[in-house]
Amino acid sequence: MDRARTELLIGTVYRLLEGCRTIAVGNSSPIPGSAALLLRAKRPETRVLMLGSKKHNAFTDGGRELFDCAAQGRIDAFFLGGGQIDGQGNINLVGLGPYPRITHRFPGSFGSAYLYYVVPRVILFREEHTARVMVPKVDFVSAPGVSAPEVYRPGGPHALVTGRCVFAFDKAKRRFRLESVHPGESIGSVRQNTGFDFDVAPQVGETAPLADSDLALLRGRVAGEIAETYPRFARALFGAQQAAE
Amino acid sequence: MTPVSLEALIDPIRPGTLLAIPPDYSGVSIAATLALVARGIGGLRLVAVPTSGLQADLLIGAGLVDELEAAAVLLGELGPAPRFAAAVTSGKLRMKDTTCPALHAALQASEKGVPFMPLRGLIGSDVQKNRPDWKIADNPFAADGARDPIVLLPAIRPDVALFHATTADREGNVWIGRRRELVTMAHAAKQTIVTVEEIVDGSLLGDEATAAGVLPSIYVSAVADAKDGACPLGLQDLYSVDDAAIARYAESARTEAGFHEWLAQFMNGRKAAA
Repeated sequence: MDRARTELLIGTVYRLLEGCRTIAVGNSSPIPGSAALLLRAKRPETRVLMLGSKKHNAFTDGGRELFDCAAQGRIDAFFLGGGQIDGQGNINLVGLGPYPRITHRFPGSFGSAYLYYVVPRVILFREEHTARVMVPKVDFVSAPGVSAPEVYRPGGPHALVTGRCVFAFDKAKRRFRLESVHPGESIGSVRQNTGFDFDVAPQVGETAPLADSDLALLRGRVAGEIAETYPRFARALFGAQQAAE
Repeated sequence: MTPVSLEALIDPIRPGTLLAIPPDYSGVSIAATLALVARGIGGLRLVAVPTSGLQADLLIGAGLVDELEAAAVLLGELGPAPRFAAAVTSGKLRMKDTTCPALHAALQASEKGVPFMPLRGLIGSDVQKNRPDWKIADNPFAADGARDPIVLLPAIRPDVALFHATTADREGNVWIGRRRELVTMAHAAKQTIVTVEEIVDGSLLGDEATAAGVLPSIYVSAVADAKDGACPLGLQDLYSVDDAAIARYAESARTEAGFHEWLAQFMNGRKAAA
């Protein structure tokens, strides 16, 4: 694992969570989870509800509680990924090829076909940024980026963070807009590796790294906290063991 | 309630049974799963509540599953479940793709004894478009003139719910702690069968501090004693998932032959330990 790159991604997601009070973290999300825990380390009023965690998950009513909370508007932010993501913010977590006769199967849609609709700030996160992931049109819509006007939809995509760059999502235009590129990348390299067309912000800078004090917090307290749920990730990135409490 | 053997426990599971199983983190009865494999009960229709991993992959790999309704199947941090993926792409498995809250809500309908449950989201996704059994209705309580389409999910009523827990008492009350999706499963199912680490004297309902974390015996059909019954998956605070064992499984099960070799070894190992 490229430590500098992973820390940059955690910092990027962390900044996108600014202002959120209650953040839920789903399956297989160590980088978004670290970002949420970093925000909480800095702002103790932040609540983090991390699936798979005992210490950082206050739910007591079973698997349905997150979804019931989300439908009520109690969850401010959530994270989704996709085996494929297209230019209209559609995500595919099911598989490649013409459904149901797919040729390659992904794990499945999880809660996406619901949470994408009801959580106001959904941050799309997918580290692999290649033309095979960022496609013109997904093979299967686990959850659509936008919906018809009559469909109840307080939520949806807020941004897309990848291993190369950060896009914002423009709901009115139904398009992504490139906001910043990570060190070593350019607008051209992003275009080359993206299968969909996107807008470009007037000022596309380099994605900013975390401040030194935030990095110290991440490598210390947050590394210990994330290790409870993602031991392999924490060991590989920080050499961290679960924090003793 | 007298504890029964594993073989007697799985008796209600027959070819074609609609069988509800919990997610890997919740309390999976690997012990009863192996008993099912040993008996070779096929044609199962699995409902994962709302996802599955090793358990579904084992049953699918053993050729016992015709249909699976699940929001996802994966082996924890290791990603895709190999026998599941192979069965889907070869067309051997009828897959009903869904989303987590739809499963919870459809089971809640059965809990309440009502025929369906409305749920937000879903509209316009390919998940919804591939579920002809779901309907879209207009919210009859919407403000005058406003359109508010909403999905209606038919109740899911499993024939049998199966899970593993830490403790049962001799009355058949089962401690589940905060893993309340197990309660939803049991409330919704016609029968619930449970394996446990230990059976204790005295009533789990006797202490107000523990009573709220108990699935009462009125929902429990049978209990069997099965120490380490979730291994190599984890169980509450008692033991963690054995990552190395899951990784070996993921590697072996990439091929059908490798899967069967792993399964034979695993079942022999369990027998030797018992």
